[in-house]
Amino acid sequence: MDLVLARSGIWLGALLFAVIATALSVDSGFAVHMMICGLAAVIGLVVTLRGVDLNAAIHAPDPGRYDDDLIRLGVIATVFWGMAGFLAGLYIALELAWPQMNLGLQWINFGRLRPLHTSAVIFAFGGNALIATSFYVVQRTCRARLAFPGLAKFVFWGYQLFIVLAATGYLMGITQGKEYAEPEWYVDLWLTVVWVSYLAVFVGTLLKRSEPHIYVANWFYLAFILTVAMLHLVNNINVPVSWFGSRSYPLFGGVQGALVQWWYGHNAVGFFLTAGFLAMMYYFVPKQAERPIYSYRLSIIHFWALIFLYIWAGPHHLHYTALPDWAQTLGMVFSVMLWMPSWGGMINGLMTLNGAWDKIRTDPILRMMVLALAFYGMSTFEGPMMSIKSVNSLSHYTDWTIGHVHSGALGWNGMITFSCLYYMTPRLWGRTRLYSLRMVNWHFWLATLGIVFYTAAMWVAGLTQGLMWREYGADGYLVNSFADTVAALHPMYALRVLGGLLYLSGAVVMTTNIWRTILGHSREEAPLHGAAFDPARDVPLSAAAAH
Amino acid sequence: MTNLFLLSTHSTYDLLRHLADSWGLMVMALVFLVLCLWPFRPGASAITQDAALSIFEDETDDQ
Repeated sequence: MDLVLARSGIWLGALLFAVIATALSVDSGFAVHMMICGLAAVIGLVVTLRGVDLNAAIHAPDPGRYDDDLIRLGVIATVFWGMAGFLAGLYIALELAWPQMNLGLQWINFGRLRPLHTSAVIFAFGGNALIATSFYVVQRTCRARLAFPGLAKFVFWGYQLFIVLAATGYLMGITQGKEYAEPEWYVDLWLTVVWVSYLAVFVGTLLKRSEPHIYVANWFYLAFILTVAMLHLVNNINVPVSWFGSRSYPLFGGVQGALVQWWYGHNAVGFFLTAGFLAMMYYFVPKQAERPIYSYRLSIIHFWALIFLYIWAGPHHLHYTALPDWAQTLGMVFSVMLWMPSWGGMINGLMTLNGAWDKIRTDPILRMMVLALAFYGMSTFEGPMMSIKSVNSLSHYTDWTIGHVHSGALGWNGMITFSCLYYMTPRLWGRTRLYSLRMVNWHFWLATLGIVFYTAAMWVAGLTQGLMWREYGADGYLVNSFADTVAALHPMYALRVLGGLLYLSGAVVMTTNIWRTILGHSREEAPLHGAAFDPARDVPLSAAAAH
Repeated sequence: MTNLFLLSTHSTYDLLRHLADSWGLMVMALVFLVLCLWPFRPGASAITQDAALSIFEDETDDQ
């Protein structure tokens, strides 16, 4: 009872603070955000006072050996935010092809929906997948329950509040204008608190482990958590205009600001979308294949090479700018060197199947993991190539970059996340199997086809754009106006919409599959592969001769 | 002969820039090499083997 009283007191305090901040706010966006915080406090208060049992709502089985309640919520959150992010992506693809789709409304124009899409897929879908899988993996590899389970709960729900504040902010036009770091100062501060708590839970669990060795997946998770904390803090050193307003100004200006931003931006790719998802790969691929990683030593070299090289690659986003030439070259050289650890890691993952390649014919989840690794290899080949200055002079600012990002995001991050969700869901809810393996197969092909349409369209669009922009006539004038290139790209933009639609359809199939698995249903279906057996030929030799 | 231990004092930028591409680079490269070679030290083979298999141990906990 005392506990309920204390907790209600905290929620009431938060509500009071939100109401005061709303009243004192100097702009409407900040006021809306404080109202959202107030609403969150009211929800927290009601949940505390009424004793709502979330586990009953999501059909959770009895608590097992590990703290899995949050991971189950994390699976649901990942699927939910994934659908939201993919849908937003499809919509902005439609807007690019047919600008009328913005309906003349400022809240849903491309400029505002685009950061909503990128943040939803990277931070909401990817971030929830990382938090859920890291809690899953760290407990099982350390064979210990989560340290500070209460703080872990705060990490999960605090992160959801961060997502809601960021997303609603974009729609209202609240942004710092920094790619992948759009949320304003107060949302950044909130994320800092959440992220430090996340670090405490993760490191605490590592410290109370009962296994002597810290498995390599945890190294990658820890590098991801620590580096993202550092990047986030440095790139968001801002001074707010008012303590009750949404606007702030950064400490760094000009080329310094640009370098800090792309040091942040590229390492968000390197440590959020690469190191974190490699952690998933190093645990879930061996588990699904039921064989250890090809070379544990290679995984350690992969780890250190990635850590030591990635952090220097950011300047390749600023080729041919005011950034000193040596810094541009440094970024390019380190990007090219990154090719080695990336391919070392890909080979390590793929070769785990050495001697068991037949499994990708019979196991669609493992096939998805293999495709993810193949896309990891392809996009980490393409990236270093695009960072070479002469290639970059053609590819930069074109849709080729968008194609590159999506081959990594849809192919590598998306596919590895889907396969991890398929791995975890039956285990977390105590089901003997997924609702349907055939639907995993459908998801696999819909997503693959979607990626092919998307990236192929963007390659053609990017090259078209780059070549049209640099075309000079005999008299030394540019041949094409910008509007000419826009018109030329239209068919490619329409094809991208098709690619996005296919990818989203695959995700709808996954949502159904995971939902039905959670409910405990099993689809009656023919197995994907029957045993090769022909009764007519399965007879003794003498009997066959008698015919 | 130039003194290798004497770094430019022209400006903070110059100092840091040359510290980074000489001693800094060397220290980073050495630390990196040691970390990469560490799993190849004598006797580490069995340890890495155990580590690679450790993720399958929890499967027998309930039996």
